Amino acid sequence: MAGITTERILALHAAYTRCIDRNELESWPDFFLDPCLYVVTSAENHRAGFEGGMIYADTRGMLTDRVMSLRDANVYEKQSYRHIVGMPYVIKNGGDEAETETPFMVMRIMHDGKTDVFATGIYLDVVHAAGGDLKFKKRVVVCDSSRIDTLLALPL
Amino acid sequence: MNVNVPPGSISNSPQPTEWPEGTLTRVPFWIYHSPDIYALEQQRVYEGPVWNFLCLEAEVSKPGDYRTTFLGSMPVVVARDSDDEIYAFENRCAHRGALIVLDGGGHARDFTCVYHAWNYDLKGNLKAVAFEDGVNGKGGMPKTFCRSDHGPRKLRIALFAGLVFGSLSEDVPPIEEYLGEEVATRIKRVLHKPAVVTGRFTQMLPNNWKLYYENVKDTYHASLLHTFFTTFGINRLSQKGGMVVSPSGGNHASFSFVDKSTQGNDYAAMGLRSENEDFKLKDPTLLDNADEFNDGCHMQILTVFPNFVLQQIQNSLAVRQVLPKGLGETALNWTTFGFADDTPEMKTRRLRQNNLAGPAGYVSMEDGAVGGFVQRGVAAADGERAVLEMGGSGTTNEGTRATEAAVRGFWKCYRAHMGV
Repeated sequence: MAGITTERILALHAAYTRCIDRNELESWPDFFLDPCLYVVTSAENHRAGFEGGMIYADTRGMLTDRVMSLRDANVYEKQSYRHIVGMPYVIKNGGDEAETETPFMVMRIMHDGKTDVFATGIYLDVVHAAGGDLKFKKRVVVCDSSRIDTLLALPL
Repeated sequence: MNVNVPPGSISNSPQPTEWPEGTLTRVPFWIYHSPDIYALEQQRVYEGPVWNFLCLEAEVSKPGDYRTTFLGSMPVVVARDSDDEIYAFENRCAHRGALIVLDGGGHARDFTCVYHAWNYDLKGNLKAVAFEDGVNGKGGMPKTFCRSDHGPRKLRIALFAGLVFGSLSEDVPPIEEYLGEEVATRIKRVLHKPAVVTGRFTQMLPNNWKLYYENVKDTYHASLLHTFFTTFGINRLSQKGGMVVSPSGGNHASFSFVDKSTQGNDYAAMGLRSENEDFKLKDPTLLDNADEFNDGCHMQILTVFPNFVLQQIQNSLAVRQVLPKGLGETALNWTTFGFADDTPEMKTRRLRQNNLAGPAGYVSMEDGAVGGFVQRGVAAADGERAVLEMGGSGTTNEGTRATEAAVRGFWKCYRAHMGV
């Protein structure tokens, strides 16, 4: 299937958030090309032009390592996310590669039932259609707030 | 046990105020959730004879630059004036007490309170009062009103290695003396040239500030709770390393060196959770460390009482500011930095290694939660106390990190300030 359509972008977002929200993190790196760029940052840092973030990965291996660390090394209370993703705004569509901006909201549900708005923001994406499947070449998660409650374990 | 009810406490939940007899090896749990203690801390710690970390000099690098921060719960403005000196003052209008500056920082020639437009210079001096002479000859301030008699409280400033500290006290020792020689040297080791800020994040911790501050000084927990490093052999207690504690007890630095000769099986033998032989990184470039300080020390964590942390975890550099936001809430302000002459390789290295620390840090995310585990665990334990006997009962420098000496040092310093 050639060309990037809004429908395909929507399907990618739906599959991505479903993967995280169903705790199927082992498949999460498959949504990215290798090399790639996945950064979680804040609007303030992004505006300031800071490249870094709370999470920074420039290879798919680093994404896999994060999942491994979350599974085997890190200690955090059982929790899950519910992503609500808005309509992607297509900034540029070159056929094989498109640049989009998509708002998101993530609720965090703790094991005792406590549910809070954990993060809101936009995904600044570069999606690529090489090889058929749409993949993220770049996903910069720009959180509206610079404040993180307790810790950021699961990816956004 | 001798139980007293402090004045002002709620009568149906009496809080013992007597510190357990004897040494620094016992910490009563009421210390983490007493409203009286919280109020006293503002007076005796933050507004007392201490140096509070305010910001980096790099964050107010040009005349007119300002940042807002806190001295405990007191809002503070830090600004660089046209004389190129740094000033700090309470962010509170002398008129009705409103915040003078509302945002987190920026650049300004002066500050005007939005409420009634009282105007301040960058030093915090009251310069103008709106309608001071009234309107059409009516109203206005009395002739006896003198602007220089009114103004927000001003802080004393101490600069050290690019760090801006502030104090309300006239009695606080000079900064070098306050830090102690060894801790001062270890600050200069990292901040040996001007820092360049690369990011800022706030992590809200669900616990009293002291639980986080103890945690940072607690070298004992590091390789036990944070299994990421342990698994990769980066932070085994058998590595060469040690700790210095300042004479006051309030400041410390812990550090470690890679020592390939002591890769023992101590963890495996003890059957601890942190042993996991199968754990291998797919992309080990994360741990591609450069010995940028030319001393083989790959990790140094340093604190200055009551609110400063300097972090060097490999090439991940950050300062952390610990601010109380209520009895059971603490803001941990992270500022990551590098240096102006960082090569592209070093920049990338820092970007990658910053994964190690921060709210999502491989080796620090647990610290965001563990204080909350204690806060919740001790909710009904006012009559009970924590045990701090690892490494004995002293607060002196140790050649090992299997000790709670720096945590005991914290309590020594804290109790001296608080009089508890």
